[in-house]
Amino acid sequence: MTTTEAPAPVRTAPGGPPAAVRAVRRWGFLLRRLGFYAAAAAAAIVLNFLLPRLMPGDPSSAIVEELQRVSGQQVPPETLESIRAIFGDPDQNLGEQFLAYLGQLARFDLGVSVVNFPVPVSELVLQALPWTLLLVGTTTVLAFVLGTGLGVIAGWKAGSRLDSILTPLTAFLSSVPYFWVALLALWVFGFVLGWFPLSGGYDANLAEGFNLPFLASVMHYGALPAATIVFSAFGGWLLGMRNMTVTTVREDYVLLAQAKGLSRGRVILRYAARNAMLPSFTGFAMALGGVIGGALLTETVFSYPGIGYLLFESLNKRDYPMMQGVFLIVTLATLLANLLADSLYVVLDPRIREQG
Amino acid sequence: MVTQIMSDTDHDDAGTTAARGADGDVLRVTGLTVEYVTDGDPVRACADVTFTLRRGEILGVAGESGSGKSTLITALTRLQRPPAVTTAGSIVFQPRDGGAAVDLVTASPRALRALRWTSLSIVLQSAMDALNPVMRLGAQFADALRTHDRSLGNDAAWARAAELLATVGISGDRARSYPHELSGGMRQRASIALALACGPELVVMDEPTTAVDVVMQRQILAQVLRLRRTLGFAVVFVTHDLSLLLELADRIAIMYAGRIVELGTASELYDDPRHPYTRGLRDSFPPLRAPLRRLTGIPGTPPDLRRPPSGCPFHPRCAARFEGCDTHLPELVTKGGHAVACRLHDPTQRPQPAPGTSTGGAR
Repeated sequence: MTTTEAPAPVRTAPGGPPAAVRAVRRWGFLLRRLGFYAAAAAAAIVLNFLLPRLMPGDPSSAIVEELQRVSGQQVPPETLESIRAIFGDPDQNLGEQFLAYLGQLARFDLGVSVVNFPVPVSELVLQALPWTLLLVGTTTVLAFVLGTGLGVIAGWKAGSRLDSILTPLTAFLSSVPYFWVALLALWVFGFVLGWFPLSGGYDANLAEGFNLPFLASVMHYGALPAATIVFSAFGGWLLGMRNMTVTTVREDYVLLAQAKGLSRGRVILRYAARNAMLPSFTGFAMALGGVIGGALLTETVFSYPGIGYLLFESLNKRDYPMMQGVFLIVTLATLLANLLADSLYVVLDPRIREQG
Repeated sequence: MVTQIMSDTDHDDAGTTAARGADGDVLRVTGLTVEYVTDGDPVRACADVTFTLRRGEILGVAGESGSGKSTLITALTRLQRPPAVTTAGSIVFQPRDGGAAVDLVTASPRALRALRWTSLSIVLQSAMDALNPVMRLGAQFADALRTHDRSLGNDAAWARAAELLATVGISGDRARSYPHELSGGMRQRASIALALACGPELVVMDEPTTAVDVVMQRQILAQVLRLRRTLGFAVVFVTHDLSLLLELADRIAIMYAGRIVELGTASELYDDPRHPYTRGLRDSFPPLRAPLRRLTGIPGTPPDLRRPPSGCPFHPRCAARFEGCDTHLPELVTKGGHAVACRLHDPTQRPQPAPGTSTGGAR
């Protein structure tokens, strides 16, 4: 008997592990991941709490002074309390402060924006969130689907005419810096041709809501930023998927699928692409996690009213409560998206379930 | 749908047992040549391979690494990928029910897909890699079954998968397992069950027992023999292990440098190997039941197929070579069903004065 922990048995007795054991393994895996993410989220919250308190001086007093300077009026006492809970109160000990901070978070109170005083940070974040989800979320998914689909086609017949044109072209296009693509698109299609508006997320003259003219304007305003994101992002997916497909196609199980006389579509989808997309899927999950952070460059270039633009503005104007709030939301959203991706990966690759 | 019908004139007698009635043959391979097309000269991995496979027969194909065995397998099943190209020859498949014969070399992809698995299936070398890691075992049976029988429902296909697994000694409930949940031996047996799913007439096996231990190897071979008895499929069994073939195969073809150098029944090859290479192979492993004898290897290494030797490809390593072996390529000549491609057995070429003792008897 060795002292080290034995690895999971590869060879099982005929009949294999009973269903109950397999279920425990599967749920055990998810629980372990859940624990990991809970720990990461706690660390993020603690850091967010500690950072302003590690700053020299008294950041909350500085913010209160700034608020009074900007608004020209006395800060109401409840706002003062909220700011002290987030940025530190020199009169309280850390333990008390942390409890107060957690209480604030539980109420989703992230303080008040300095620039947009007295609008709460949480309200600004909630306003910007749908725009970012709409623009960056859809384009991320679209770029992934488009790039992966084309990648499979290029990789299935590696060396074909399509592959020998598409692959180098994509490699070239995806190496063009994004901000340049965005600026060029804005200049050509927005300024010179005038096909698309230069900034914003919707026509401010229209009433917001689920009515046709407003939704049409949202589409019109979003089309150009969306197109630049898809244009820049799909190439990476295409190249990754193409290369994975080239290796997967040489696998014996693809050969056997062909030998079975399955239709070509089935061989490509269920055997080749299904396996080739596993590494891409990890990247996709990371990208989804980044969606909430918004595409900072896109939203800045197109002045799109999302989280990225919000962060850019608050950085410019040193709106610390705003930055703090956005960072926390982005961190938590990223963790949540990664947890979701991890769970989906368990569904996609049965081999993962029994490992840690 | 059948694209080409075999005409009798194609059946040239290039050394196989052509005397047999055509209806008893399931596969007739004639002059099959496969080349790897590279930037330089094409590499000929299979050259002028000719043999006939009878219904329900097990034909063993033995040879060293690089002798063209695996190339032959993928060419027979039309599963080869570039740069391998079949440049000459025909592979005529004769269906059991008296349907029209099909030349697999020229068959359209559509006609080929109709034949796949229902008539012609394959067991690959490594069962570890031959099963899709993200699909349950049963699903990999079900998609083959349902592709070839549109009327089969999903539940019925899964039930059939469980039955098939049971025929190779795997409990039917393992159909719900993923490949990684099975041991290597189970996976290999599952691959064999999978190959038999649609009742093929011909199963091509590419070293199906190299990845398993000898006990499992024996079990698997016994199962193949038993299933062959009940189901009556023919087998082309490729391996580097001649001793295994001697027990399993009805007839054995020895390949060297892409050519069949000898073809005969298992007992003929064991008792009376005619080609010096066959003799070398036979003498390089110990007999299980016969008295011990001195083991000898074959000196030298297989030839580089990019620069094949002139004349007989074996002559640089052959202890029995004589004048002209380096210039004359011997034909595969059949005498009483036992074919050999060696000038020692050609009365017109054989040297008059007996050379060294090594050319002598069987031993």
